[in-house]
Amino acid sequence: MAVERFVAGAGGRSRFRLSYHRRRALWLATLLLPPAIFFIVFEIYPIVSALIYSLFHWNGIVREGFAGLDNFRRVLFDPPYQAWTINAFKNNVIVFAFGMTVQNGLALFLALLLGSNPRGTRFYQVVFFLPVTLAMVLVGFQWKLLLHPLFGLVNKFLESVGLESLSQPWLGQESTALMSIIVVNMWRWLGFPIIVFLAAIRSIPIEYFEAAKLDGANEWHIARYVTWPLIAPAVTIIVILTFIGSFNWFDLPYAMAGVDGPPGRATDVLALYFYRTAFGEVSAGLQDFGRGSALAVLLFLFVLTVSIVWTRILRKREMELS
Amino acid sequence: MIARRYTPVRIVLVAMFLCGIASAQVTLDFWSWRVEDRWAYEEIIAGYVEDHPGVRINYNAFESTTYDTILTTAFTAGEAPDIIHVRAYGNFETYAAPGYLMRLDDKVDALENFPDLALNGERLREDGNVYAVPFASQTLIVYYNTDIFDELGLAPPETWDEFLAAAKTIEDAGYIALANGTATASEAEIFTGVFAPNFYGADFFDQVVAGETTFEDPRFIQALEKVSELTEYMAPQFSGVDRATAQNLFLNELAAMYAGGSWEIANFRNQNPDLAFDVMAPPPESADDTPLVSWFLDGGYAVSADTNHPEESIEFVTFLASPEFGQQLTDKLANVSPIPGVVSDDPLLKKVTEFNQNSTPYIMLVGFRYEAPTGSVLMQQRLPGMYAGSMSPEQLAKEVTEGITQYYEPFQQR
Repeated sequence: MAVERFVAGAGGRSRFRLSYHRRRALWLATLLLPPAIFFIVFEIYPIVSALIYSLFHWNGIVREGFAGLDNFRRVLFDPPYQAWTINAFKNNVIVFAFGMTVQNGLALFLALLLGSNPRGTRFYQVVFFLPVTLAMVLVGFQWKLLLHPLFGLVNKFLESVGLESLSQPWLGQESTALMSIIVVNMWRWLGFPIIVFLAAIRSIPIEYFEAAKLDGANEWHIARYVTWPLIAPAVTIIVILTFIGSFNWFDLPYAMAGVDGPPGRATDVLALYFYRTAFGEVSAGLQDFGRGSALAVLLFLFVLTVSIVWTRILRKREMELS
Repeated sequence: MIARRYTPVRIVLVAMFLCGIASAQVTLDFWSWRVEDRWAYEEIIAGYVEDHPGVRINYNAFESTTYDTILTTAFTAGEAPDIIHVRAYGNFETYAAPGYLMRLDDKVDALENFPDLALNGERLREDGNVYAVPFASQTLIVYYNTDIFDELGLAPPETWDEFLAAAKTIEDAGYIALANGTATASEAEIFTGVFAPNFYGADFFDQVVAGETTFEDPRFIQALEKVSELTEYMAPQFSGVDRATAQNLFLNELAAMYAGGSWEIANFRNQNPDLAFDVMAPPPESADDTPLVSWFLDGGYAVSADTNHPEESIEFVTFLASPEFGQQLTDKLANVSPIPGVVSDDPLLKKVTEFNQNSTPYIMLVGFRYEAPTGSVLMQQRLPGMYAGSMSPEQLAKEVTEGITQYYEPFQQR
């Protein structure tokens, strides 16, 4: 009571009385403070500290003299780091290209099919989305077992249907290792773009489709000139998320192949490479926070810059389409 | 009525009394990556604590793959344990060089009796001092299933050609000759380390470390070529066979041989007590040659420089340097102890000790794991490709040499 009187004042005219807007701002600030602290401690602080770490020389785990951009130069231009950086970047690009074309293409196709509400739509929605709910590490280990060269179900199945010649060490050879993990990633993620596209398709008023049909449009025309422009915002979200996910890809290759990107760096990606450089390869490498942090900073700047530029371009395109 | 007697005041008094007892005791935290050895350490520690009632020791083991990350974080946060199980050579220097470890050779008298070869694994190159008590040496050897060998009428091969012939006989009989695969990169390096020394010879290590030669030396390339001959007898689809699978093939008697480290003896016995197996040294080219094995110090026990209990910690590592401890560890874990006076009745350990009479340092671990990219990283990256046939031994040797030359002065000066 006393507090209320203090705040409200006699007759509500106290100079301590807060206006509605201020009270609202205070209330919002109170709500936002915990996530803001969380964000600063677990996002901003690591990014800033990685940037600082990358500018110093390191002796084991101890920071030494100022290095300027030397760590960046070494990971970008000195052998063998240069080759490893290029290789990991190339693999990220492959992951992204596959995600954009095959994964998102297939997701869009399936969303268009499900958008016309065929029989069993709910069932298929659940089936496609189910893997998304599974933990990535669980998916990784499970598929590692399925793809096991000697005891895995994939090879056993191929052998049982007379296709022994196709049975192979999927994760053990340079020609198939990365693609195997990418396909598993697609299996895991496919449901997500399907659901996003489907939600966008279902938000289109039915009258638009009816009007198009009355004008004599076929299915392709409807998909191209009605559905596509109207789901463009959803496409933008999926493209950006695919890009960020592809270049931050870590958990699945780590679980299925390992931190050293075997065999022979065939499954190496930038996040694994950064982690391995900073914290040391299992029973083989040394910790190097300088170079590891330089890689992390480069990766962060690349993803941030491309995401911002690309989002702007896609938003502009959305406007044009609509 | 009874409940009323336990008033809050009395509870507080009892708690204070118990805290008093607890504070009289010193607790030492002991961290290790040897999860599988926990039982042995706990038994040994229980005996030690009985004789030292004022000390409690918490043995805490972490997965070896994350151990260094956890340890690094603990050191940088000032939360390091009192006793630290450290690896040897370059990895050990990561912690010793910045001053995180306490110098021990001026505090633990028993270290004077240790062989130099063992102490060198825990000696900081910068000042020549020893910072950890060496705990075990390891040797790279070949395990073989004696039942399968008996069934096929085979004796342990003594030459390379005999080894290849035996492998063929085993494969023809429907068994896998060598359980090994290359999917685990470190296993590919160990596999190479088992067989290659017989071909590059005992002098090569000192010469390459001194920069008198490089890994492009014809002896090293020839050794890689020879070891590549074994791919025909390795596990089917060996490039996808990881360490766990390879060991399972051997443990389940699907494979007759497994090339690995002496640290697996206890592991194999625990995993399959019915498995009849023995060990042999990797075969040299000629019967006139003595087999040459790769040898290295596995690690040691260090004390944190910032420990709050230096006296008790030093007393404990002094115990870890004693023949009493070495004997217990050897008996329980079948490790070859570097502690003078420790003998083993284990027939396999006796053989390993005999093999060690003609040994050479495990080349990349002992010689080239001090700077990044380490020799092991470079080798492990390329060995799976060499075994799969996508890279020649010459190419591998060239890339390894180029990678090491980036920082290794003896190579740069050539």
